[in-house]
Amino acid sequence: MTATPEVSPGAEQDLLDHFEATISRNDRIEPRDWMPEKYRGTLVRQIAQHAHSEIIGMQPEGNWITRAPSLRRKAILLAKVQDEAGHGLYLYSACETLGVSRRQLTDRLINGTQKYSSIFNYPALSYADVGTIGWLVDGAAICNQVPLCRTSYGPYGRAMIRICKEESFHQRQGYELLMTMMSGTDEQRAMVAESVDRFWWPSLMMFGPPDDESPNTRQSMAWGIKRDTNDELRQKFVDMTVPQAEALGVTLPDPDLHWNEERGQYDFGQPDWAEFHAVVKGSGPCNAERIAHRRRADDEGAWVRAAATAFARRSQTSGQLGRPISGKESDR
Amino acid sequence: MSEQHGAEDAVQAEWPLYEIFVRGKRGLNHVHVGSLHAADDEMALRHARDVYTRRNEGVSIWAVRANAIAASSPDEKDPLFAPAADKVYRHPTFYKIPDNVPHM
Repeated sequence: MTATPEVSPGAEQDLLDHFEATISRNDRIEPRDWMPEKYRGTLVRQIAQHAHSEIIGMQPEGNWITRAPSLRRKAILLAKVQDEAGHGLYLYSACETLGVSRRQLTDRLINGTQKYSSIFNYPALSYADVGTIGWLVDGAAICNQVPLCRTSYGPYGRAMIRICKEESFHQRQGYELLMTMMSGTDEQRAMVAESVDRFWWPSLMMFGPPDDESPNTRQSMAWGIKRDTNDELRQKFVDMTVPQAEALGVTLPDPDLHWNEERGQYDFGQPDWAEFHAVVKGSGPCNAERIAHRRRADDEGAWVRAAATAFARRSQTSGQLGRPISGKESDR
Repeated sequence: MSEQHGAEDAVQAEWPLYEIFVRGKRGLNHVHVGSLHAADDEMALRHARDVYTRRNEGVSIWAVRANAIAASSPDEKDPLFAPAADKVYRHPTFYKIPDNVPHM
């Protein structure tokens, strides 16, 4: 799949110089360009993790589709979960341009050699969680994703542009849902408060470990894969979110959260990083369940994929779809 | 049992890759939007509809088997594009026309 030709060491230096020059001009690297193997490997790891997060991310909210309180909420949630599937597919496509197959990516998710965002290992226990996930989890995702529209690898940046256009609906529907509940009964307000308490710290963890413990950040920024550090993005998210929480009338569960006049930013407490590392390593509340569900979907869909392949081999497509683009009159 | 095994082999051979092009509205070119896997042309179009046009992004879709596309190298040092650089006379700005000549 990769079109990189065999090269001598001297020629490799030329290729590397050309690659570095493209990055420093802020131009994009495209699939058939020569690239260092570590650049390719870093991108595969990051894009795959991102794609897997979208796919696994369908599960916590998908649980609530059949129990949504109205047809309006059900239609919204269905559209949102379908978008997550779409986002996963955009990203898998981008990742495949680097020379890995869809099958390999699915296998690496199921056998645990590639990760997905730890946030999806927390359960969605109440319907308020659908709102909180939209507001905080998708809000954090937007913070992460907007700078990635300018990432140095072309297909990844293009996928992120499509995703960011659609993600805004996700956050707004969540916030609107919470606003509706906050204007309801005391029980509904209590549900929102309880939900926000559970999701606040895991949302802050979505930006990854602190900068001094993030081994990949420096190289990823030098290559233009990442544009901001984990701590910069976390700060940005907190600064954006606090006024939204105030407008909503909920208290974020952090006693250290204060406006810092001098910095012009909020000070805030650190998440429990021991919990973060434990969840990443597999002992979060839902790790096993999420992967088991994905594996079951893969296994149970196997016969469908096989049947479609067999059907395609046996028959030439005909009918309404799949016509030549410049059909002559006689073809109709 | 052997049939079951045969089915698994067929799955192992992935569905072919299609590149998807969407015409945003009448009067515009089809533009490449991404790719997807499908068993055949019809499925490629149906999947493309769901993956790439959930919000009225298009009025027409082309699905092209990726292995049917002939591509030049994207490398800008490619000699394929080199001859264009020294033919500045192909651009209108090459020609000096006095300012008082209208509509040119």
